[in-house]
Amino acid sequence: MAPPVQSQRSPSPSQPSGKGEVSDLKSQLRQLAGSRAPGVDDSKRELFKKVISHMTIGVDVSSVFGEMVMCSATSDIVLKKMCYLYVGNYAKVNPDLALLTINFLQRDCNDEDPMIRGLALRSLCSLRVANLVEYLVGPLGSGLKDNNSYVRIVAVIGVLKLYHISASTCIDADFPLTLKHLMLNDPDTQVVANCLCALQEIWSLEASTSEGALREREALLSKPIIYHLLNRIKEFSEWAQCLVLELVAKYVPSDSNDIFDTMNLLEDRLQHANGAVVLATVKVFLNLTLSMTDVHQQVYERIKAPLLTLVSSGSPEQSYAVLSHLHLLVMRAPFIFASDYKHFYCQYNEPSYVKKLKLEMLTAVANDSNTYEIVTELCEYAANVDVTIARESIRAVGKIALQQYDVNAIVDRLLQFLEMEKDYVTAEALVLVKDLLRKYPQWSHDCIAVVGCISTKNVQEPKAKAALIWMLGEYSQDMHDAPYILESLIENWDEEHSAEVRLQLLTAVTKCFFKRPPETQKALGAALAAGLADFHQDVHDRALFYYRLLQYNVSVAENVVNPPKQAVSVFADTQSSEVKDRIFDEFNSLSVVYQKPSYMFTDKEHRGPFEFSDELGNVSIGAESADNVVPANRVEANDQDLLLSTSEKEESRGPTHDGSSYSAPLYDSSSALVSATNSLSELAISNPTSAGNSLSTSLAIDDLLGLGLPAVPVSTPAPAPLPPPLKLNPKAVLDPGSFQQKWRQLGISLSQEFSMSPQGVAALTTPQALLRHMQGHSIHCIASGGQSPNFKFFFFAQKAEESSNFLVECVINTSSAKAQIKIKADDQGTSQAFSNIFQSALSKFNVS
Amino acid sequence: MISQFFVLSQRGDNIVFRDYRGEVQKGSAEIFFRKVKFWKEDGHEEAPPVFNVDGVNYFHVKIVGLLFVATTRVNVSPCLMLELLQRVARVIKDYLGVLNEDSLRKNFVLVYELLDEVIDFGYVQTTSTEVLKSYVFNEPIVIDAARLQPLGPASIFMQGTKRMPATAVTKSVVANEPGCRKREEIFVDIIEKISMTFSSSGYILTSEIDGTIQMKSYLTGNPEILLALNDDLSIGKDGRSIYEYRSSSGSGAVILDDCNFHESVRLNSFDLDRTLSLIPPDGEFTVMNYRMTQEFKPPFRINTLTEEAGALKVEVIIKINAEFSSNITANTIVVEMPLPKYTTRVGFGLEPGAVGQKTDFKEATKRLEWGLKKIVGGSEHTLRAKLTFSQESRGNIIKESGPVSMTFTIPMYNASRLQVKYLQIAKKSSTYKPYRWVRYVTQANSYVARL
Repeated sequence: MAPPVQSQRSPSPSQPSGKGEVSDLKSQLRQLAGSRAPGVDDSKRELFKKVISHMTIGVDVSSVFGEMVMCSATSDIVLKKMCYLYVGNYAKVNPDLALLTINFLQRDCNDEDPMIRGLALRSLCSLRVANLVEYLVGPLGSGLKDNNSYVRIVAVIGVLKLYHISASTCIDADFPLTLKHLMLNDPDTQVVANCLCALQEIWSLEASTSEGALREREALLSKPIIYHLLNRIKEFSEWAQCLVLELVAKYVPSDSNDIFDTMNLLEDRLQHANGAVVLATVKVFLNLTLSMTDVHQQVYERIKAPLLTLVSSGSPEQSYAVLSHLHLLVMRAPFIFASDYKHFYCQYNEPSYVKKLKLEMLTAVANDSNTYEIVTELCEYAANVDVTIARESIRAVGKIALQQYDVNAIVDRLLQFLEMEKDYVTAEALVLVKDLLRKYPQWSHDCIAVVGCISTKNVQEPKAKAALIWMLGEYSQDMHDAPYILESLIENWDEEHSAEVRLQLLTAVTKCFFKRPPETQKALGAALAAGLADFHQDVHDRALFYYRLLQYNVSVAENVVNPPKQAVSVFADTQSSEVKDRIFDEFNSLSVVYQKPSYMFTDKEHRGPFEFSDELGNVSIGAESADNVVPANRVEANDQDLLLSTSEKEESRGPTHDGSSYSAPLYDSSSALVSATNSLSELAISNPTSAGNSLSTSLAIDDLLGLGLPAVPVSTPAPAPLPPPLKLNPKAVLDPGSFQQKWRQLGISLSQEFSMSPQGVAALTTPQALLRHMQGHSIHCIASGGQSPNFKFFFFAQKAEESSNFLVECVINTSSAKAQIKIKADDQGTSQAFSNIFQSALSKFNVS
Repeated sequence: MISQFFVLSQRGDNIVFRDYRGEVQKGSAEIFFRKVKFWKEDGHEEAPPVFNVDGVNYFHVKIVGLLFVATTRVNVSPCLMLELLQRVARVIKDYLGVLNEDSLRKNFVLVYELLDEVIDFGYVQTTSTEVLKSYVFNEPIVIDAARLQPLGPASIFMQGTKRMPATAVTKSVVANEPGCRKREEIFVDIIEKISMTFSSSGYILTSEIDGTIQMKSYLTGNPEILLALNDDLSIGKDGRSIYEYRSSSGSGAVILDDCNFHESVRLNSFDLDRTLSLIPPDGEFTVMNYRMTQEFKPPFRINTLTEEAGALKVEVIIKINAEFSSNITANTIVVEMPLPKYTTRVGFGLEPGAVGQKTDFKEATKRLEWGLKKIVGGSEHTLRAKLTFSQESRGNIIKESGPVSMTFTIPMYNASRLQVKYLQIAKKSSTYKPYRWVRYVTQANSYVARL
């Protein structure tokens, strides 16, 4: 119990308090100890209650230990229990006094009432006093053999308690083996369940030092034990079922029959009202089918409804835990949940931690068919009184805009946000419009018209202000007032507290100068002067750099500060796919709720039975060589993240947004250049000097600004018009490992959606049909899966004359007759040409 | 693996505190309480039910204002922990009849006794009231339920069903009523929560019913029970999107999207005649949870009108129409609407002769509140609120105010039309006639009309 914190709190009337009372209790207990008067048990009960009440609130009542033990000579079971509770709490700090209790506990262990035997044994093992372990072995041994199941249940956990007090005593007495025997033979399922808990804990802890224990721990995952437990699963209590299911989730089935038998057996567990059972079952289903892409996807479809029911049926706390898991699944396979988007709408009275999850899910599932509704809904939240959620909603709209192909409507909504005249809405929307323009420069006219009307006085948040200033600089030729707005901002240089804004201001005014020199010259001078005098190192350095550059050669300066830019295709994400996979491996654990793998929040020894162990992971991958698996699917199994379309597109190649210390990597292959400049131009915009594939060849810029803009000897990346006709190598080879690696490395260069011919859709009953067809067009499949209406394929192709690869993820929905493709290419310049080949190949499917 | 379990009062006092494994420091209850209380500096954001402080994971659920907390250092299943906390509370309620701070304090020794049997060394042993009965010896000190204000889930049935014995649901499952023989009875409650969002034009954007069939049995000898549901009930197993509405309300079958069942429920003849058979364990438990997105008739329609009444004045008119039968009465209705930040004063006008209604303008949160004691089916109620602003509205006042939301309880009404056709107790003796109560109630979960 806690030290006497009571004194700090105002004592509540119903709670006892104070030291004086403890000594009162002591003397009262002493009086009763020897008494045999009638009704003495009732008075003892009252006193014991007071003692325990003190104990609960943190008053130290260890001083009455002796008296409590003296009073415990009683046949009243309620009194006994209170006494045991007390003794269990204080024995550890009073090891000498604890010895006093051994006697009566040992006697009770031989009582004829199994209740008393069990209770005494439990209390005996709960003393946690190392020098008393010798008294435990005997009673535990007979407890494990007791003919009453209650006593055995208690004894099994007692063995575990003993192990934690003295591991050697426990091992020497051969208790683990006894438990193993009980686990396989005891008729009582709770005894079996407790054996499983105890053995998992003991063998896991022993495994680091003992080879035998390691083997024993692995033996728990052997087919006979798993089947033994599975066959009885319905006899177990719901909690014990969870335990068994957790074990089964780690089991590596021998073949597909094994997998389907297990799943059929557990099918009805998905309809259990206890969410813990359902989640544990879901984990089994997901893990068992990892190597079978199509079945794995069916599992997603199957578990959707039960999970949604759990989300809406339990207490808010329970539904949060389930929703976190649903969130994980949605992020991995958004296309499967696309039609369920309405379930992720926020309710006005939900706590914000639930709303945040839902907003992310809505963002993830947005596709061509539901975006309109989702964005409309999000716009409602943007007007919400809850400012945090309003902000998140606007960001969500922005994210959807950035991941969509048709952003028309969304841009309009974003612009409406700007007109709402709520500070925080304007601020968030400005940041988004900036990102949107970086990806879709074609929208600049519409956006500029609206942004131009925003008074800088209404924008205070640094991020928003920086975004606005960036736009003023970037589009100064189209914004009539740009030089004057910048000028007035520069006049207030000293009042601008954010260095980010000042940096942005320097760059913007310089850019503006190149476009409208006469109007900006004065402001530029003022800005450079203010910048040179700035106390912030980065601001000072940038001002100096610009100054020298302008002095050296204005046209070179223009090429550095304001080169033509390529639109950003993919923004870097914060969480790597490795981390995401790790979290998925730890499904049904806290990792999912925290969105972190366990090593980030738990010490090694506490990762518990849920930890994904590496050796098991390898085994499960090895097992796919089972003959029932289509070879093409293997890659899928090795790399689960192929199924998640979230992580692949957010792959970050290293540079992050605040990459001020980023130093230019050496690019040795010319094919990597385009994607490199791509990510760099993105970097350049967030750090407002710009660079990228400048057309002038050698700009020897060093890392003066810490922006790491490499001198890019770009052989002008062939702009799309008139590329040479693309030919594909009909005998292209790519092993799955390289495919995976490339898929991770490359950014998406093209992402399109188009309709399929009705004939094609009709013929697509299994993935295999399409594979042969595409092969005829020199496009090869490396993995495929799915069932009607959703199919997913990974294809690759190679240029005929060089070993430049195209990688394609293709998702076909037969009910909407739509195909979505994402192309990654070594040579991004030719991805459009390849896309045309791909589409034409697909359109011929089943036509001839 | 649970390291500690404790229950804290609203003020943060330990009511019970049980340490199972000695792995987490003793001061954890205080660390927890401080963290929950000051989750975010502004105090607006609620602490999530699971969080980690210095390697210790804290799980909590809020029940009747009390915090039920478990701690562990291990990376356990959060669903299991939260479900368990909920279940522990339910077991305690089965024993005490009424679960609140008072009853818990009076019976803390009993609660310790329960906790010893429910969890051993951090591992769950059982949460079945029935199994626990044979291990637990303290007699509950039953607090007088009649003194309680009619609050909480048990009380939602009280109004409107006068024949119901008032203490029925607050009876302990184990305690014998003094003086008289234990009354044989069984309660089946069909509780539905409606979520509904209306667009500004009154069109239904989303609707969902989350239903649950709760059972509380005081029958001796665990007889088998047959619970027959509507013949036309079906459970959507087709892979179709559930938002493709299949039938308009009023006609056709009751189609559930999905449901789940208690362990004890046998579904052998469910496909044939929609009958659930079960041997109810003692105490309160959920027989079935179900979810339905099929279109249904909303019990209330909400209309909101705003009229400019001068530079700094706007009049808001909220109209509520009860669209259910006139022999049904909804109670404890509250209508809320967030108003623009710059609202300084609100003048209210109720319809002439309005009884049991109250209105309020919550200055701090800028919210309008309209409470109605009851609404009879078929009736219409109107509120006129004159808002005064401190500044001229910059844009549309609709953009500055929140949606109108509503909470209510409607006893003996269920929106889904799912019904218990009969409740049969299989016991041979003809003289055995236990009381059987089947009750329906519908509550608003999230009932929102956008402006």
